[in-house]
Amino acid sequence: MKIAVCVKEVPDTTAEKRIDPSTFRLVRDEGDRMLNEFDKYAVEEAVRLKEAGTADEVILVSLGPEKAVESLRQGLAMGADRLVLVSDAAAAGSDYLGTARALAKAIEETGAELVLLGSESTDARSGVLAATLGEVSGRTWVTSANSLAVNGGSITVERQSDDGIDTVEAPLPAVVSVTKAINEPRYPSLKGIMGAKKKPQDVKSLGDIGLGAGDVGEAGAKTKVVGIETPPARTAGQVVKDEGNGAQVIFDYLVEKKLI
Amino acid sequence: MAGILVVAENSGGNFRRVSLETLSKARELKDSLGGPLTALVAGSGISGNAGDLGAYGAEKVFVADNEALGTGLAAPHVDVIAKLQGENDFSAILVGGTALGRDIAAALAARLGAGLNSDSIDLSANGSALRARRPAFGGQNLVDAEWNGGPQIALVRPNSFAASESGGSAEVVTVTPEISDAALAAKVTARKPAEAGKIGLEEASIIVSGGRGLGAPENFATVEALASALGAAVGASRAAVDAGWYPHPNQVGQTGKTVSPNLYIACGISGAVQHKVGMQTSDVIIAINKDEDAPIFQFADLGVVGDLFDIVPKLTDLVKSRQG
Ligand SMILES: Cc1cc2nc3c(=O)[nH]c(=O)nc-3n(C[C@H](O)[C@H](O)[C@H](O)COP(=O)(O)OP(=O)(O)OC[C@H]3O[C@@H](n4cnc5c(N)ncnc54)[C@H](O)[C@@H]3O)c2cc1C
Ligand SMILES: Nc1ncnc2c1ncn2[C@@H]1O[C@H](COP(=O)(O)O)[C@@H](O)[C@H]1O
Repeated sequence: MKIAVCVKEVPDTTAEKRIDPSTFRLVRDEGDRMLNEFDKYAVEEAVRLKEAGTADEVILVSLGPEKAVESLRQGLAMGADRLVLVSDAAAAGSDYLGTARALAKAIEETGAELVLLGSESTDARSGVLAATLGEVSGRTWVTSANSLAVNGGSITVERQSDDGIDTVEAPLPAVVSVTKAINEPRYPSLKGIMGAKKKPQDVKSLGDIGLGAGDVGEAGAKTKVVGIETPPARTAGQVVKDEGNGAQVIFDYLVEKKLI
Repeated sequence: MAGILVVAENSGGNFRRVSLETLSKARELKDSLGGPLTALVAGSGISGNAGDLGAYGAEKVFVADNEALGTGLAAPHVDVIAKLQGENDFSAILVGGTALGRDIAAALAARLGAGLNSDSIDLSANGSALRARRPAFGGQNLVDAEWNGGPQIALVRPNSFAASESGGSAEVVTVTPEISDAALAAKVTARKPAEAGKIGLEEASIIVSGGRGLGAPENFATVEALASALGAAVGASRAAVDAGWYPHPNQVGQTGKTVSPNLYIACGISGAVQHKVGMQTSDVIIAINKDEDAPIFQFADLGVVGDLFDIVPKLTDLVKSRQG
């Protein structure tokens, strides 16, 4: 069985962000960029399934700028076999649907039966791509997996729901997003890092995967950004030293602000 | 295009607060976007409280009852809503940002080929078009977005609007769910409910969080006691979660949850930027930390420099004595 893992390069969300005021897009060529933290859990899970003999190939799939290869290589260093990156000027400004369409096409070509995603990307923080991709690719989809087992033609997932933890069984092919509870991602070894550079890293255009503008990118997007505001940063409020009255100070504040 | 649909989520016989918040906001938008305001209640063995949504502004409430709609899995809901959309052509579909709501909205948008704006903290009307505002990059920016075409599907972040009653009444219409085999392919075979009384982090209006300053896992009891007195949820810093003191789903921050409660009380948390980006959109932040140079004091509305083991139990007693 082949496993595709959707991975995304994200900016360092803790650094100052710059947004191009004319296009409303993130300026992506500045500052630190990295493999989305949540995606490491998906990569780790796939690599473990390979090590256990359940999977025979782990393919990283991404949509993003060509330079993203550098960040995404970390997934190869962790043990994935190869990377397919869809990169095209016409894909810029894609919404969830466009992103899912491009990823679905790239995944189809890999022949993967199981698709893993992180639960969220630290820049978009929407956590909607697994369901979108499941629907677009016509696969069964399960979100928020705390554990994952593959048994022949089906999977068993313990999923974090709003009300607790549910056991879900689903047939393959499937799309699964994983939570941080699923494993502890490994740090790539030096050998892994050195080996990663030699693993196949294919960059494909939209044409290569059979998509045109209109399916993806700004042209195909069903949502549009119409404005961006930078609210004033939070500033320090009142700071008091506890001289035995700290609890009372907080209590009085809560009462005054009608918070209790 | 005809009106607004609000997906009203039911949990244990009660509507989720975010659904009532969303419905209350939709009532304000109705005049610009165009009515009617319709709600959908879909679940399994749901009790007869659908009409209660009239008090929040729903003029019509669709009720869909089926076992598959009560499993926490979204696909069967998507079948029901997609069919309703075909029959009613809603111009906007608003969904509360719970785990289930997120899955429903995402798959529905894909099914309908429609746009989704997620994590909305405000909704407004631009003429007859819907506009959604959401924080981006850890709340450093606020992005306003609209849609190209309809239906305009939005996910609403909990605690963004007040749930308010307007005293109306609704016509309740029962619909027969038609659920496809594909939507039934994933099956829930066992359920382990979370501990009763525990409040989910994302929906909580008050959060009390603990960090490495708690020193040991058993000391989370101090934070839990204050949380229970306040009716709050418990959060944790990554340092506390990584140390195994508190579970992953309670982590707040860049690699945990993003929360916007009315009140966030940080106990023994330094306020590292990765923590800050997950909670800086809270209305009021209070910090208790014994280090006066802790970064959290640079963005807390009220900071108390002192030992949390002195302050938190006293505060818990004060809160309790006010209530009892
Ligand atoms: C990629 C990445 C992602 C990250 N994601 C997250 C995230 O999602 N969430 C997150 O929280 N962090 C995250 N971090 C970690 C973050 O950088 C900090 O290390 C972490 O937030 C620190 O947790 P803390 O405040 O509990 O611990 P510390 O920084 O150790 O602070 C403990 C505080 O407790 C105070 N204290 C000690 N004893 C007492 C006492 N008795 N009474 C009062 N105060 C006391 C101390 O003065 C200190 O300020 C991330 C880091 C990285 C690199
Ligand atoms: N451009 C992309 N390329 C590949 N995977 C992505 C992309 N965007 C999102 N993902 C995947 O979808 C998950 C959820 O992202 P999001 O819905 O954007 O929060 C991430 O953890 C990734 O696994």
